[in-house]
Amino acid sequence: MNEFTTWDILRNLLLATRWTIVLSLATFVFGGIVGLILLFMRTGKSRVLRNVAWGYIEVLQGTPLLMQLFLAFFGLALFGLNVPPWLAAGLALTLWTSAFLAEIWRGCVEAIAKGQWEASASLGMGYVQQMRWVVLPQAFKIAIPPTVGFSVQIVKGTAVTSIIGFVELLKAGTIVTNATFQPFVVYGFVALIYFALCYPLSMSSQVLERKLNVAHRNH
Amino acid sequence: MSLIAITEVKKRFGDNEVLKGINIDVEPREVIAIIGKSGSGKSTLLRCINGLETIDEGSILVAGAQLLPDELHLKALRLKVGMIFQQFNLFPHLTAGRNVMLSQMVVKKVPQAEAEAMARKMLDRVGLAHKFDAYPEELSGGQQQRVAIARALAMQPMALLCDEITSALDPELVNEVLAVVKELAKEGMTLLMVTHEMRFAREVCSRVVFMHQGRVHEIGPPEEVFAHPKTPELQQFLGVQH
Repeated sequence: MNEFTTWDILRNLLLATRWTIVLSLATFVFGGIVGLILLFMRTGKSRVLRNVAWGYIEVLQGTPLLMQLFLAFFGLALFGLNVPPWLAAGLALTLWTSAFLAEIWRGCVEAIAKGQWEASASLGMGYVQQMRWVVLPQAFKIAIPPTVGFSVQIVKGTAVTSIIGFVELLKAGTIVTNATFQPFVVYGFVALIYFALCYPLSMSSQVLERKLNVAHRNH
Repeated sequence: MSLIAITEVKKRFGDNEVLKGINIDVEPREVIAIIGKSGSGKSTLLRCINGLETIDEGSILVAGAQLLPDELHLKALRLKVGMIFQQFNLFPHLTAGRNVMLSQMVVKKVPQAEAEAMARKMLDRVGLAHKFDAYPEELSGGQQQRVAIARALAMQPMALLCDEITSALDPELVNEVLAVVKELAKEGMTLLMVTHEMRFAREVCSRVVFMHQGRVHEIGPPEEVFAHPKTPELQQFLGVQH
């Protein structure tokens, strides 16, 4: 029987970590784009769009990510769509992320004083112009710390995709454990790697928060 | 033809009728002060004229065009009528100059160089040419309000609405803002201002409107309104002794 060195274990885990990182980044980017669209719908003037966005956000925030993942993976298969694990994982995480980011950002947009909306309106700007030139540049500063903070949730959230067979860090841990029978060592490394990914993010979130509070100036 | 024609305007907030049928015609180059107790509906009236509040009944015509609450009509209206607020509402992430340039470039699609020239001219007009690159938080309240005036003027409106524009200022800063407004009045700008500055209203305005409980209670030239208030409410408001 083969002997596994510590390096063998770690190397295999690190290789799988690439997929955790890729999935996290893709989720953050696509979730951010969808989230931004939702934000405009949610804070805009059309009642229909506002309600659609509200319903979407409530449903995705009010159900477990794992269940959303099952729906994306098994549910779409029922309609004859053969969704590979990576696609189901990316899709479910993107939708989940977009709902949370839209809600975080809505809070930031609503933190901008009403007078800013009125002043820009009185100068003739429309809703999109007000958002683009007046509100979002100010909301952006407030949004950085909670957005970076949420990215930690995304990284950890990718772990559930191991259930549908996407080989990211946690799934790789399971596979390596099955081969080595050293669950404590393997999952210990898995935990350390997750921590190494998340800790810098939450630290930078805190640093940014402090920095933006000190530099109260809005530019 | 009057520049702003306000006819039988009514406005309700829930059960509370704030404006109970307002009629005012503003001629071009007129300077009108709207006075009255808080809650008399004066600020709401100004906000209705700029479309920040929708009216429930009646009509408001600006330069002959009806005020309608859709985005296209509102934009057209707001190009004709500028508004200045009690809290200045400058954009804090932009310099004074950029504050004045932004809406020209975004709304009127004026090229940057032209917008900048206009911004410099308007800032000069309010005595702040040297503050072009200063951020709002680096300016005093009076200076911020003057930038706000320059920002409204840069859109070349036919009339300006001023909503208690000196009420948030320290007493020693009030005069520098009023001096700018006085200058505008002299140059022939049509002004409609809600104010508590009675002396200013007396000196500068062509007509004074006294509002009481959502109605125009008295209206007339300042000499008449201030010296010979007809109704007990205005007498009480002005603190006239008998």
